[in-house]
Amino acid sequence: MSDAARLLVELGAVVLALGVIGRLAGRIGLSPVPLYLLAGLAFGTGGLLPLDAPEDFIEAGADVGVVLLLLVLGLEYTADELVGTLRRQAPVGVVDLLLNGLPGAAFALVAGWGPTAALAMAGVTAISSSGIVSKVLTDLGRLGNRETPAVLGVLVLEDLAMAAYLPILTALLAASGGASAAASIAVALGVLVVVLVVALRHGQLLSRAVGTGSDEVLLLSVLGLALLVAGGAEAVHVSAAVGAFLLGIALSGELVERLRGLLGPLRDLFAAVFFVFAGLSIDPRELPAVLLPALGLALVGVATKVATGWLAGRRAGVGPAGRLRAGAALVPRGEFSLIIAGLVGGAVVPEFGPTVAAYVLVLAVLGPLAPRLADPLARRLALRAARSRPA
Amino acid sequence: MEVEETRLPGIGLRHDLLTASGRRIGVVSQSTGARHLVLYDEVDPDATAATVELTPEEADAVAELLGAPRITERLSRLREQVSGLATEGVPILPGSPYVGATLGDTALRTRTGASVVAVLRAGEAVASPTPDFRFQADDRLIVIGTADGVARVRALLHSP
Repeated sequence: MSDAARLLVELGAVVLALGVIGRLAGRIGLSPVPLYLLAGLAFGTGGLLPLDAPEDFIEAGADVGVVLLLLVLGLEYTADELVGTLRRQAPVGVVDLLLNGLPGAAFALVAGWGPTAALAMAGVTAISSSGIVSKVLTDLGRLGNRETPAVLGVLVLEDLAMAAYLPILTALLAASGGASAAASIAVALGVLVVVLVVALRHGQLLSRAVGTGSDEVLLLSVLGLALLVAGGAEAVHVSAAVGAFLLGIALSGELVERLRGLLGPLRDLFAAVFFVFAGLSIDPRELPAVLLPALGLALVGVATKVATGWLAGRRAGVGPAGRLRAGAALVPRGEFSLIIAGLVGGAVVPEFGPTVAAYVLVLAVLGPLAPRLADPLARRLALRAARSRPA
Repeated sequence: MEVEETRLPGIGLRHDLLTASGRRIGVVSQSTGARHLVLYDEVDPDATAATVELTPEEADAVAELLGAPRITERLSRLREQVSGLATEGVPILPGSPYVGATLGDTALRTRTGASVVAVLRAGEAVASPTPDFRFQADDRLIVIGTADGVARVRALLHSP
C-alpha cells in the first residue's frame, strides 16, 4: 500500500469506529466522551485492538480539536454575561475552585509529584466539563429548573478561571527556574489581560470585519483566525485553548448563530479526535496501577462537587432538592482535565497522564448518571420541604 | 402578575410566572430560537414537571393561539369602555383599487378621522401599521374612530 492509501485506510478505520461508538453511546444514554477515550486506549500501543493509527496526523487533529472546542465554548458567552456572572457569583466560584482543587493538589503532594504537578492536578479535579454538563441538563429537560442558572454560573466561572489558570500552568511548565517562571507568568498574564480587554472593547469591530461574505468565506476566515490566535497564544505560553476561547468571546452578534451552525459539525469531528488522541497517548497497561488512587480521587470529586452545587443553589434561593440536583449536575469532568493532562504530558511524572485518564473515565461515565441517581433522594427532600412549609 | 426574567449564561433566557391558580409556568428561550415550554412541579417548585421543546414555528403558533383571542377581547372591551367609539374590521376586497396601495397613500385618517390600529393578514395581526404598510387583497383593517368616521372608511374603501 502507498503511504496515502495507508493513511486514508487507518484514519477511516478510526473515524468509522468512532461513529459506531457514538451511536452505541446514544442508544444507552451515555456521554460518548468516555467511550472515545476508551477507543483511543484500545487503538494505541498495548491496547486490545492496536490499529497502528497515524498518530502524527491524529495529534495535529487533536490540537485543532482543542481550538475548536474552546472557540465554540467562547461563542456561547457574551462579554456582558461573563462580567455579570463574575460580579454576582464570584464567591461561589472561589469556593468551587478551593473545594475541588485542593483534593487534587493534596493528592499530588502526598504522592511526591512536586508543586507543579500539584497545581496541574488541582485544575484536573476542579473544572467540570461544560460540554457534558450542559448536554445532560438539556437531555433531562432541566433548562427551566430554578437551580440551573446557578449550575451554569459555576460553569462560566470555571471557564473564566481556566483562562487565567492555563497560562500560569503553561508558563510554569515551560520555565526552568523560579525567577524565569515568575517572568513568564507575568508575560503570559499580561498578554491575557491585553487580549481580554481588546476582545471586550473591540469585539464588534472584529465581528463586522469577518462577518461579510458567504458561509464558506466566513468559515475559512474564522477558522484561520482561530488557529492563528491559538498558535500565537501558545507561542507566548498563554496556551492555544485560552487564545481560541478569547476569540470566541470576542465574536458577537448575529454572526454567532451562523458560526455555531458552521463550526458545530467540525467541532464534533475534531473533538472526537481529541478524545481519541488523549486515549492513544496512554498505554493502557499503566492504568491498573493508578486505578485505585484515581477512583478515590473521583469519589472525593463527587462529594466536593455536590457540596459546591449545594452552596451555589442555596445562594440562589433554591430548596434542598434543587441544591442536591445542582451538585449532581456538576459532577462530570472531561475535556478540561484532558487538556491539562495534554499540556503536562510526561514532563512531570509518568503516572500523571494515566491517573487523569482513569479519573476522567470514571467521572465522565458517572457524571451524566449522577443527576438521575440523585433524583429519588431529591424527591424525598422536596416532599419533606413541602410538608414543613406552612400550608 | 409578575413575570420573572433570569439569564441562563450560554443558553439564553428564562421567563416564569406564578398563575392565580398557584401553578408556576415558564418559557426558556434559547439563543438558537428554540423555545421550551416549562411546567413546574407542584411539590418541588424548583423542578420542572414537564418540558416541551418547540421549534420557532411551533412557538409562533402557540403564541398566536394564546394571544390572538386576547386582542379581540381587548378590542371589544375597549369598545365597551369608551362610549361613542366604534371599531370595525373592514376588508380590502380582491380587485379593489387599494390592493398594492400603502396606508399612507389612502390618507384615511385625514379624510375620515378614523385610525387603522391593526391589520389582520392570513390569521396574523400586524399591530400599529406604519404609513408605508402595503395592503394586499383580503387584508382586514381594524379601524377605530367615531361611528361616522368608521362608516366613511368603509364607504371609501369599498367605493369602486
